[in-house]
Amino acid sequence: MQQFDAWKALITAGEPVSLWQRFYVYFYQAFIYKDRWQQYLNGVRTTLYVTAVALLIGIILGLLVAVVRTAHDQQRPGHKNIVLGFLNGVFRVYVTVIRGTPMMVQLMIMGFVIFSSSKDFAMVGALTLGINSGAYTAEIIRGGLMSVDAGQMEAGRSLGLNYTDTMRFIIVPQAVKAILPSLGNEFIVLLKDTSLISVIGGKELIYAARGVISRTYEAMFPFLGAAFIYLLLVMLFTWLLGIFERRLRASDRR
Amino acid sequence: MIDVKNLTKRFGDLLVLDDVSEHIDKGECVVVIGPSGSGKSTFLRCLNLLEIPTSGEIVFGGVSMTDPKTDINLMRQKMGMVFQHFNLFPNMTILNNITLAPVRTKKLTKADAEAKAMDLLARVGLQDKAGSYPAQLSGGQKQRVAIVRALCMEPEVLLFDEPTSALDPEMVGEVLDVMKRLAKQGMTMVVVTHEMGFAREVAHRVVFLDGGKLLEQGTPQEIFENPQNERLRSFLAKVL
Repeated sequence: MQQFDAWKALITAGEPVSLWQRFYVYFYQAFIYKDRWQQYLNGVRTTLYVTAVALLIGIILGLLVAVVRTAHDQQRPGHKNIVLGFLNGVFRVYVTVIRGTPMMVQLMIMGFVIFSSSKDFAMVGALTLGINSGAYTAEIIRGGLMSVDAGQMEAGRSLGLNYTDTMRFIIVPQAVKAILPSLGNEFIVLLKDTSLISVIGGKELIYAARGVISRTYEAMFPFLGAAFIYLLLVMLFTWLLGIFERRLRASDRR
Repeated sequence: MIDVKNLTKRFGDLLVLDDVSEHIDKGECVVVIGPSGSGKSTFLRCLNLLEIPTSGEIVFGGVSMTDPKTDINLMRQKMGMVFQHFNLFPNMTILNNITLAPVRTKKLTKADAEAKAMDLLARVGLQDKAGSYPAQLSGGQKQRVAIVRALCMEPEVLLFDEPTSALDPEMVGEVLDVMKRLAKQGMTMVVVTHEMGFAREVAHRVVFLDGGKLLEQGTPQEIFENPQNERLRSFLAKVL
């Protein structure tokens, strides 16, 4: 602390300081001075919270869209369901619009136009990210559903199981296993994309880093620190996903 | 038990089944033979509506399968099917493969379904495989499990779609043995197969399809010893 004050004074006075001294001062004021590490920690908390909520919304939305679109495509000719046809149309527009516009623009529209009166920026951000992620997840899940051998559906239906049960117990579990790597990828992208919600005022990790920068006028350590934390989180979740994937592969053992 | 009336099936411009009519009695074992592309698999798949007939009617136990108002799931519960490629569910153990349908359709309680599954597995000599996954079984074992899976629903009819065509030659026998036993017990069976020995030995009736038409049908003796149709004669000359 004393050392920091002394060296900080030297830098402020424009005295020549060694590289080590400069490094020490900048690091100290970025993370330790006034317990600033707590700001990053709060940011991480919001980042994880937003990721979790967005992931949940994304998967539910994605599964819904994927199943409806697959069911629509698998209808027998001559037995078209009008409700299914309508939903399929709505979901196609949804996927097209969300995939066709930048995430940043979606965030700004949600934050500054649709929910401009809301003060819960993190929640608005999570909702936007979830809706965005849902469109991509839907296509991932749809690909997974289509990758399951047609014989599986036939076997389920020939036993007298209805379409929903066959999907739920036979097709979806196999599809999930097949798409887990892509889903993990989507999750990681989502985690990192939470950094965008700082533009609408979401108090996540980057928001915290910029808060520190506005006090110290020094950008290197806060941003490097944030980058390091993201990397650490991604590595942690990659590891956890790997364990989960190995568990699911239990039935492939010979 | 099953009445097929003027069944026609088209895939686009391709006419696969051309005005086929057929009647299958209770307790009968009917074997469908014919060259590949003759429409025999499509015929079988039309019986439980895995393929939707273009025209014609299927009546099963007095109920029209092709009527849109018929609950097709309920009808299929009485109509088991065994596939060429087994189609076991790789994400479940053998026991769950067998008990899933009876439990979900509320035909049996979980405990009853498991007891029944174990009993049926024992009858095909696979009781020690109940906890295994399909990937750990040989082809012949998989097909025997597939038959057990269909049987656990206590179906009135079993449909076999080339059940031995994907098997190594040495495993064909174990599957045919199970099928023979079922036929002897009086199970109504419709079997699409290239196993002429099975047709000759087990079938009550043999049906010959070619080019989507039912060209000849009769007892194995009539079909194999005294074929009338020219196409049937040339087909038998090639496969026997």
